[in-house]
Amino acid sequence: MISNLAVLPIVIPMIAGILLAFFHKKIPLVRSLAKILTTTNTLVVLFIWLYVKENGAVILETGGWEAPYGIILVADLLSITLVLTTNIIGIAAVFYAPASLSKKQEEFYFYTFFFLLITGVSGAFITGDLFNLFVFFEVLLMASYALIVLGGGKVQLRESIKYVLINLFSSMLFVTAVAFLYSVVGTVNMAHIAERVQGVEQKGILTTIGILLFFVFGTKAALFPLYYWLPKPYTVPNPVVSALFGALLTKVGIYSILRVFTLIFIHDTDFTHTFFLWIAGLTLIFGVIGALSTNNIKLIVAYNIIPAVGFMLIGIAIFNETSLSGTVYYLIHDMIIKAALFLLVGAVVYLTGTTDLRKMKGLIHHYPLLGWLFFLSSFVLAGIPPFSGFIGKLQLLKGAFEEGEILIVIVGLLASLLILLSMIRIFIQAFWGEKDETVTVNKAAARRFTLPVVFLLFFSVFLGVGAELIFPSVEQIADYLMNPEIYIQSVLKE
Amino acid sequence: MEIIMSILAGILFTTGIYNLLQKQLLRIIIGTGLISHGAHLFILTMGKLKTGLPPILEHGDTNPDHYTDPLPQALILTSIVISFGVTSLLLVLAYRASKENETDNMDLLRGNEND
Repeated sequence: MISNLAVLPIVIPMIAGILLAFFHKKIPLVRSLAKILTTTNTLVVLFIWLYVKENGAVILETGGWEAPYGIILVADLLSITLVLTTNIIGIAAVFYAPASLSKKQEEFYFYTFFFLLITGVSGAFITGDLFNLFVFFEVLLMASYALIVLGGGKVQLRESIKYVLINLFSSMLFVTAVAFLYSVVGTVNMAHIAERVQGVEQKGILTTIGILLFFVFGTKAALFPLYYWLPKPYTVPNPVVSALFGALLTKVGIYSILRVFTLIFIHDTDFTHTFFLWIAGLTLIFGVIGALSTNNIKLIVAYNIIPAVGFMLIGIAIFNETSLSGTVYYLIHDMIIKAALFLLVGAVVYLTGTTDLRKMKGLIHHYPLLGWLFFLSSFVLAGIPPFSGFIGKLQLLKGAFEEGEILIVIVGLLASLLILLSMIRIFIQAFWGEKDETVTVNKAAARRFTLPVVFLLFFSVFLGVGAELIFPSVEQIADYLMNPEIYIQSVLKE
Repeated sequence: MEIIMSILAGILFTTGIYNLLQKQLLRIIIGTGLISHGAHLFILTMGKLKTGLPPILEHGDTNPDHYTDPLPQALILTSIVISFGVTSLLLVLAYRASKENETDNMDLLRGNEND
């Protein structure tokens, strides 16, 4: 009975999405229902998190079929932590949405697609089956296609074509990679693959399949050289949609890399993980170059997703316990702070009516709270000590030091500096300066925008200041990731 | 048989990618169709193309060796409906985008920074 808990984070948002589709025109009702449903779902997930932390992974064999034959849902501490983070971001998005969406957009099934996105992301985190992971990828991508064109402006349509095309192509590559893997090991269950991979004679073909899967997930996660599709499409939709995308979608890609390369393809780590280290370094460099290259504030934040993904990949590439705990910590931190930043930038763009940094000045005179929140989130993002970005990066780079990879440490530290520069540039140009008397101040709108951001930043600050409470769980996850036998045994029940 | 099918899937991928790299929007969509055909053919081939009965239990014959592998067929069926959904979305999207932007040339759909 208790194993049914694993399916709740998928089922609740799915039912919510279907339910809200029936009366999409009654906005006040839909809004309040959406708020209640996300909060309920988050509380349920929190309960599961506490249960998993106490008793170990919850494993559900759907339909009662034994491990390798049916679809298995595995809610271990890593996946349930990420689902919890997803739902926290979901709450902020639902409370932010009424302020930022137009009435027409809200009527046009926004909340349905939002809940389906949460379903897809939670499903991708929880599934224990490679083909099922593909299906959940498609669930979240389909919802994201609908959200990215919501509104249907000229630019939006243009950019979403590129977004759909690149994702369609990488999905087909994913299917091909699964087909290859099926022909080699004859199963699609992750634990069963991991067990059979150990007995495969020709490791070369497995490395090839591993790299193919890495390219698929790397496209989803926006790694160098596969990130080119990301920045523009992320700037065109409504800010709340951008926040959901920036916080969740790339992180599903990085989670898949983390899962697949700590569980299945661990036979040739010399080659694969050196390769990852190079990719991670280049991702960092090109991401920060992009962030510094533009005056469009939405684009600056979108480019900042890329170095963050690079940091997480460093942890996977170094592949020891310290660095993996850093990756997990950084993953949680980055999901929250990226959502907060996109929401903040969305508020700034809404209040000033422009995305061009050069046309803004002196916003801090009109909106002091917004300004200081932005300042705080820049510091959190760059990893200034009391806040959450610091601990993740510290662990990552400490892990790199332990393995003697000095070069990547230097690149990582420099990249952090440049990330801070790119964010502070927004703060200095948009918020400082003389008071602009011509602007019409809209305090009420600003207040509606800031509340969800305060909610998210509370978690960011808590992750940093209360690290002693969180960090043991993260270390537990890292330990678990270093020992894939635990996963295999708990799923296959030998 | 697997070799012939692999070559065929390879040709489908090649023509699909050639079409993806074209300028005209509709050709790109045809390219995605060809690629998904290639991928589906691939799953079927990778499940081993041994001769056998269709996977339907008949006349009490329960020997698994007499049947073809049912798993790849289920995977393909799932993948087909998914790519069908995405393709129909893409077609409508392409129609709307070319209407709004008054062009179906990808070179002209580039856009500049601050719009």
